[in-house]
Amino acid sequence: MKAAEIAQLLNEPACVHNNKDKSGCAKTKPGATAGGCSFDGAQIALLPIADVAHIVHGPSACAGNAWDNRGTRSSGPTLYRIGMTTDLTEEDVIMGRGEKRLFHAIKQAIDDYAPKAVFLYSTCVAALIGDDLGAVARAATERWGVPVVPVDCAGFYGTKNLGNRIAGEAMFRHVIGTREPEPVPESAQRAGIKVHDVNLIGEYNIAGEFWYVAPLFDELGLRILGSLSGDARFHEVQTMHRAKVSMVVCAKALLNVARKLEENYGMPFFEGSFYGITDTSQAFRDFAGLLRDPGLTARTEAMIAREEAKIRAALLPWAERLKGKRALLYTGGVKSWSVVSALQDLGMTVVATGTKKSTEEDKARIREIMGDDAKMITDGSPTALLQAYKDYQADILIAGGRNLYTALKARIPFLDINQEREFGYAGYDGMLELVRQLALTIESPVWDKVRKPAPWAAQKAVGEPLMAART
Amino acid sequence: MAEILKRSKPLAVNPLKASQPMGAALAFLGLKNAIPMLHGSQGCTAFGKVFFVRHFREPIPLQTTAMDQVSTIMSADENVIEGLRVICEKNSPDVIGLPTTGLSETQGVDIKRLVRRFRELHPEFAATAVVPVNTPDFSGCLESGFALALEAIIDVMVQESALAGRRHKQVNVLCSSMLTPGDTESIRDWIEAFGLRPVLLPDIGDSLDGHLVDVETTPLTFGGTQKSEIETMGESVATLVIGRSLAKAADLLKDRTGVPDYRFDHLLGLDACDAFTSALAKISGVPVPARIDRRRAQLQDAMVDTHFMAGFLRVAIAADADLLVALGAFLTGVGAEVVAAVAPARADVLAAMPAASVRIGDLEDLERAALAGRAQLVISNSHAVASAERLGVPLLRAGFPQYDWVGGYARTWVGYRGARAALFDVANLFTGSHHDTPAYRSIYRTGAAGESQDRAAAGAGVVRH
Repeated sequence: MKAAEIAQLLNEPACVHNNKDKSGCAKTKPGATAGGCSFDGAQIALLPIADVAHIVHGPSACAGNAWDNRGTRSSGPTLYRIGMTTDLTEEDVIMGRGEKRLFHAIKQAIDDYAPKAVFLYSTCVAALIGDDLGAVARAATERWGVPVVPVDCAGFYGTKNLGNRIAGEAMFRHVIGTREPEPVPESAQRAGIKVHDVNLIGEYNIAGEFWYVAPLFDELGLRILGSLSGDARFHEVQTMHRAKVSMVVCAKALLNVARKLEENYGMPFFEGSFYGITDTSQAFRDFAGLLRDPGLTARTEAMIAREEAKIRAALLPWAERLKGKRALLYTGGVKSWSVVSALQDLGMTVVATGTKKSTEEDKARIREIMGDDAKMITDGSPTALLQAYKDYQADILIAGGRNLYTALKARIPFLDINQEREFGYAGYDGMLELVRQLALTIESPVWDKVRKPAPWAAQKAVGEPLMAART
Repeated sequence: MAEILKRSKPLAVNPLKASQPMGAALAFLGLKNAIPMLHGSQGCTAFGKVFFVRHFREPIPLQTTAMDQVSTIMSADENVIEGLRVICEKNSPDVIGLPTTGLSETQGVDIKRLVRRFRELHPEFAATAVVPVNTPDFSGCLESGFALALEAIIDVMVQESALAGRRHKQVNVLCSSMLTPGDTESIRDWIEAFGLRPVLLPDIGDSLDGHLVDVETTPLTFGGTQKSEIETMGESVATLVIGRSLAKAADLLKDRTGVPDYRFDHLLGLDACDAFTSALAKISGVPVPARIDRRRAQLQDAMVDTHFMAGFLRVAIAADADLLVALGAFLTGVGAEVVAAVAPARADVLAAMPAASVRIGDLEDLERAALAGRAQLVISNSHAVASAERLGVPLLRAGFPQYDWVGGYARTWVGYRGARAALFDVANLFTGSHHDTPAYRSIYRTGAAGESQDRAAAGAGVVRH
């Protein structure tokens, strides 16, 4: 990928971060850098497309050290969970046999696993030796008759965030718009309900959490034409250009896809989240608002009233237990305020939140939700987080998986809200899982025990001189 | 002698291989107050970190030189100098490990020269040992990267000397990557039972065993072999080498110091344990303690008890070479048969595998060979869960990574007690999954139509025989 193309991807006019430092192009500092690379980001974004063979072209590290470690779930095919890599050898690198190996690898994947499409992910070494994924993809598509899509995402291009955008760009350029959607099946038609086609962008169905929400889409007559990329299928992604509205879920990473759909197909989009009661209801109202169907609006309001009443009643006993508990939140960007709202729905206090990746607009929103004395943390180092935890007398740290053992080693309760987690929190029903996990860690009896010094340790410090004096 | 079958497909499916820099990083994580920094893109480190965090359930110190597009093309030498400086300045570690990756090796870095350059530029950080090691991702596997790092540690940190035996109770132990923290801890006890003082290199049993410490957070390893101990390895009375992958590292240590060594392919099973125990008795001049005899007798009893389950058991194993051969020798030693053996990369020790052949390959190869050989048990890392499910046989987790099994990192299979535990593990998996003979109903039996359908559903605790 050329430097100019990377610069173009980093420039995302629809993103409010755009005028400020761009996370995608932040200079990395040797010896003091955390976080994944562009390959990581691209693969995370596309791997949930379940009926595709995802081939990583590079030495074993990129796939070998990391395959099948995402929490995303499929309701059907499981091909995405089969790790595939060309596992380049020293000879391949030196003799320039990479492209040839890749071409045959594609055939092997097609012969053995009959994928609906093959995605090729480039890596650092493949990019450095100049393997042309685009050319191999074209030749292979022609030769084997299965769509082969190149994703040019060498790790050294930049951060995970840039990789997300590269993935979105690849979908927009090679996949979206290459097929027309099937008509709504007769059996799924219901009297008085007009079906609207919508897209979800940036929803990954972590731990199957979207299935808490999916039935409500059906109920309202919203057909999810395509998703990037939770529980998605290749043929669905192909038809995403025909939806009427896109929702960008939580992350800004795939905003470029939503913007291009708007520019090229006049499809409006909105940003929202399925975390918390308030945000979930808002997301459905936004769909109804953009689709301008009075019937849909009425059904949406009725559904929201029913679901909110149901979940608030179910949460009541839990909210009693969690009320007044203080949470320290450390996440990036949009996710922050969406989780804040979920915790406040439970009567918890968010004492401080991370705003490292947030814009001024995000911060304004946080102030709006949390009040003017909202504490914002920009230093996410373990030492700083633990200090903030103490300073603000928090009861729990809520952060991504990388901070899990920071919390546990310091013997403090923790909730993982990142993509590797094993529990889904989305939608109304997801709130029940969220409170369960919150209460489970906050109320756990182990904390007292693990903070307790050994009885003899205390004796040594205070008791020993006394004992000595007696003898 | 096993025939070694080379890789036969262009595409690796369900990779078995974790790459060399992972192994090198692991070796450095077994040193105290240390941190590895991979010379590559930030992703190399991010993946490595997740890999070990999920396996050990511990915070893992691991840094990166963060090569980007410009430094990849123009030169990333400055990244290495800068990275070393930043870490020294912020954390003053005792040791920084500096493994290369596929990216920096393809670019063509001279990593040793860069360390010399760093020494010239920054004499103020002389107290920190910096150990460079070439570990391209496109050669070898975790085990070979680990071995290369050990060799590099000896090369940088152990001086040429002729003082062997000056510390007459001290023995060096070179530990291969097949050993878990539980294993190394147990090896320490074993040696101490003879009144000897072991210096384990590396000692992941002290750094990655999972124990809570008073200090809440540290950017470096908070346990492991101390730098000062490594520097005295030349004065030890003997070196015990566990794992054939460490042969070159052992050669180097012996050449440098003249400390005599005893080499073992592994410590699994009665024969291996006997050999190790005998060596300890010889080195120490102390008779074998009674409690070791007792444990030996316990293992023999377990071997008798479990030979019904282990006998003729058809096993499929996929692992790095040292572990593969260790498990193979152990299980065939109790009557099992290895019907499929897969290693991610070539190694000398593979020829010693007690199986008809060893395939250099992936978990798809394992699955196919296991199916063909009608395997009853699969032994491999957590990635093999899906393979075992498709085969309909139980999985015994071994090797890296084990992310779906709490305490996999701590499992102890070396030593007499360890071998007994391993036998019980194998036997229980077999007992829990073997298939009953399909029931046959005679055509002449009457009055029992449908009787087999009204059985209550089996609940927890129901014992099957």
